[in-house]
Amino acid sequence: MQVIFRLILPLQTQFDLIISIDLTPMIRQCVIIFGCLAIGEFIASVTGIKLPASIIGMLLLTLLLKVGWVKVGWVKGISDFLVKNLPLFFVPPGVAIMLYLDVIKANFWSIVVASVVSTVLVLSLTGWTHQWLRKSSYFSGKTNDQTTA
Amino acid sequence: MKSFLQSEVFIVAFVFLAYFAGRQIQKRTKLILLNPILIAVIIIIVFLSAFKIDYKAFHEGSKLIEFFLKPAVVALGVPLYQQLEKIKKQAIPILVSQLVGCVVGIISVVLIAKAMGAPKEIIYSLAPKSVTTPIAIEVSKTINGIPPLTASVVIVVGIFGAIFGYTIMKWTRVKNPVAQGLSMGTAAHAVGTSRSMEISPKFGAMSSIGLIVNGIFTAILTPYILELINIWFPL
Repeated sequence: MQVIFRLILPLQTQFDLIISIDLTPMIRQCVIIFGCLAIGEFIASVTGIKLPASIIGMLLLTLLLKVGWVKVGWVKGISDFLVKNLPLFFVPPGVAIMLYLDVIKANFWSIVVASVVSTVLVLSLTGWTHQWLRKSSYFSGKTNDQTTA
Repeated sequence: MKSFLQSEVFIVAFVFLAYFAGRQIQKRTKLILLNPILIAVIIIIVFLSAFKIDYKAFHEGSKLIEFFLKPAVVALGVPLYQQLEKIKKQAIPILVSQLVGCVVGIISVVLIAKAMGAPKEIIYSLAPKSVTTPIAIEVSKTINGIPPLTASVVIVVGIFGAIFGYTIMKWTRVKNPVAQGLSMGTAAHAVGTSRSMEISPKFGAMSSIGLIVNGIFTAILTPYILELINIWFPL
């Protein structure tokens, strides 16, 4: 009998631990992430601002983390899961491309040329601006930021 | 059989499977061209047309997965918070170069597409093409573009940037490694970032700053830049 108890009890405590440690924070994580999203949605609908609700939610979450009302540990689990698997969530909108194949065919070259040229410009101009501003010591801050590379 | 293939449960499982297959294929081959999303999308489209499942039925199931795009964008707040200190250290070089990249990216793609005779909704869909797909899709929705077109252009731009980005920067003499990493994130978002990550984690960290900051700028500025362009060149 005692042997059985010894076998069962640790299991039971383990089970309790799993519930008390793992589950509550999971719910808290969901409350924080979806809460930020909901507030973002609310702000977007009330102010009519042309900013996606999810972006407002993201900035709000960053702000809450910055002022310390939310600790990174509270949202780490769910945010790691969501960020690491981001590509999965846009597979469905990607599939919708099958509805627009004729539109793409009709404008194929303007899409390709515009995107390629624009990407080359962004790469170069962002790089040049950054290089140039870093060189002029006035802008690059107090420390020699070679270390922050 | 067809009603099973059209059920939400099957479709959700199939999207997971297709994405998993895409990731495995990239892991094995290590080719940037074989982007997991691209593979997953192709597998699903081939499957849907082979079994004559119409898009509407597919969407019933797939929107359950697509829904998580929004909370996933919110979750990007955590990496943004973790990079805040780094951004602060060289706030002006980073913020100004991101602003330049964002504005140049939108204006150039819009004007070139316009000059080549693309219709309005295509031009709008191309405007957010440099930023990470979830943000680009959301922006495309707010400016009345075609989100699926935006998504695919963004992915292709990312692959293009990841493959040729460092070569292009060699030609155009962007020499500073910090600037290179940053530009990769600005122009080629997550795909460019993972390419930078292969070179070194430091490049990767700079790229992810570029990805997030340009994402925010693009989300905020795109509607207004388009309005301004509309004044001089009615789209």
